[in-house]
Amino acid sequence: MSGAAVATAGARAPGLSRSMSRSRRVKDRAFRASLWACGFLALLPLAFIVWYVLVKGVSALNLDFFTKEPAAPGEPGGGIVQSFVGTALIVGMAIGMAVPLGMLAAIYLSEYGRGRLASAVRFVAEILLSTPSIVAGAFIWAVVVVAMGTFSALAGAIALTVLMWPIITRATEEILRLVPQELREGALALGVPRWKTIARVVIPTAGSGIFTAIMLAVARGMGETAPILLTALGQDFLTTNPVAPADAVPLRIYNYARTPVLSQHAIAWGGAIVLLAAVLVLSITARFLANRQQRRIR
Amino acid sequence: MGTRLGNLRPNARGTPPLRRRSRLGDRLFKGLSVSMAAGLIALLALLLVVLSVGGYRALSKFGLHFLTGRNWNPVFGREDFGALPFIFGTLVTSAIAIVLAVPVAVGLALLLNEMQLGWLRNPLAVFVDLLAAIPSVVYGLWGLFIMKPVFDHTVEPFLTNTIGQVPAIGALFRGAKYCVETQVGNPRACVKFGYNSNGGDLFTAGVILAVMILPIVTAVTREVVAVVPRDLREGALALGATRYETIRMAVLPYAKSGIVGATMLGLGRALGETIAVSMVVGNGLGIGPSLFRPGYTIPAVIASEFREATSVGVHRSALLALALVLVVVSLVLAALSRMRVRRTARLVGGPTPAGAAEIPALEVTG
Repeated sequence: MSGAAVATAGARAPGLSRSMSRSRRVKDRAFRASLWACGFLALLPLAFIVWYVLVKGVSALNLDFFTKEPAAPGEPGGGIVQSFVGTALIVGMAIGMAVPLGMLAAIYLSEYGRGRLASAVRFVAEILLSTPSIVAGAFIWAVVVVAMGTFSALAGAIALTVLMWPIITRATEEILRLVPQELREGALALGVPRWKTIARVVIPTAGSGIFTAIMLAVARGMGETAPILLTALGQDFLTTNPVAPADAVPLRIYNYARTPVLSQHAIAWGGAIVLLAAVLVLSITARFLANRQQRRIR
Repeated sequence: MGTRLGNLRPNARGTPPLRRRSRLGDRLFKGLSVSMAAGLIALLALLLVVLSVGGYRALSKFGLHFLTGRNWNPVFGREDFGALPFIFGTLVTSAIAIVLAVPVAVGLALLLNEMQLGWLRNPLAVFVDLLAAIPSVVYGLWGLFIMKPVFDHTVEPFLTNTIGQVPAIGALFRGAKYCVETQVGNPRACVKFGYNSNGGDLFTAGVILAVMILPIVTAVTREVVAVVPRDLREGALALGATRYETIRMAVLPYAKSGIVGATMLGLGRALGETIAVSMVVGNGLGIGPSLFRPGYTIPAVIASEFREATSVGVHRSALLALALVLVVVSLVLAALSRMRVRRTARLVGGPTPAGAAEIPALEVTG
């Protein structure tokens, strides 16, 4: 606020405004306007996407949608219960793997990490964030699907883990770094061993911040289609077998969007509502918690 | 540290077992966390090794032809794998995305960091981040059913009739699918492709990609702009510079290299984006100047052919080789980008200012 006050006061002060040429003022105005235009442009797609997904998808939501297996193409009714169960199964297993991996790596980086190994790990974690998701799928296909001889929910979960591990590592490290050094020193000075200091002081203090990091990673994993496509394959029937092919909501949307069957398009939009709602709620809650957390720690 | 203090009084009752357990706990805990951290490096190495091994058969059989050949035929016995159409499509869609997204992202970053937005700032920043949270398949669905018809019937014919008439760059914008008859007077303006109207095109895919990479480019640009020292801005303002002049003279010169870094990261993300692109790009193998023709990208071809591919011939190996090419390019871009952003921070900022630390955390959703 104060900066704007200074700037506008500067522009309007009588002595200055006379000396400031018109073209400078016009340029400044035009520049400000173009920045606002950028802000507006960036909001448009979000608004359009949310609006159309709501309008198109809401009619597909009914009890059958959540509880039934797919109907034959062209027949009315049916749902995608196996996709919801599949997504829960795959993402659940991925959380089980990625959270310990990511948190321990983050603890190393923020609590022990000095020297060349730490900066190498930090750098690798950073660039792994850019791994194309389809590549994670192809990689896990070549390692897990080939070894197991079948597409499976487990392979899907491992593919998501490849994507979520660096995300959780980077985000958790940022959070752990916000924990004041004094707390660690205090605990160590009382003779508390290092690992207990981390487990009982550092992590509880970071608390909801770590939860935030996990939520962001889950939001990312939940919406992924490409790695699931190559590892979990898809499934028309309800199953909770982790070593059988599984379905997932984004995969179902992808497949249905590409058929010419109109009733399946409607279901795809319905799936999009559920997926979008889940991802947005997770992301917004994560942001909200993160802001509160930062205020609390400082 | 705790154990070192303990050593000062080794005779205190009860301490030895506790100490030993703590030391063991410490070692175990540290060992575990070191191995999980090193695991990330191992993961990267394994990824590269596995894809290289998987792609070896195709790469060794076709050699350079794999990157320069224009023919992609997976039929066993007549196999020929030249990935040029996919490389072309990937580069074109990503280039469109960069051209459209980077100016908006830089504007957005300056708006968020340099202008005094008051209460508006946080919601705006959150909304931009939410763009990164939207799943790729939702972008694809929206692009396919909502955006593509508008582009086919309105946006692209409009561009053909306007920019399409400009001599040099016009060639890029000719050939919209739905031209009205009145354009017959200008025959080159309206080349109709024989593709069915369900196919998308490179331009539509590029625009969707632009929206998808906007948040990451904005986040990194904000990170870079945030390290430009306050004194520079205050100095410029104190000399009577307008906000525009301050940004042009005191902020952008220092942030420039970092903005290039942000662009590289955005490019890396755009190259690897799969599902949304594969839904709107049209899946056509042609190569030509028009942006309105159906194209195909590397991730899209992996996604659509991988499940049908068999290991009898080299089809699957060819797809794995494409994945290898893709991941190497993406990771190299990400690495170069990181190094640039870091160097900017070091050269310009000195010690990291408060506030810069919290921004990288945002980019993880991209």
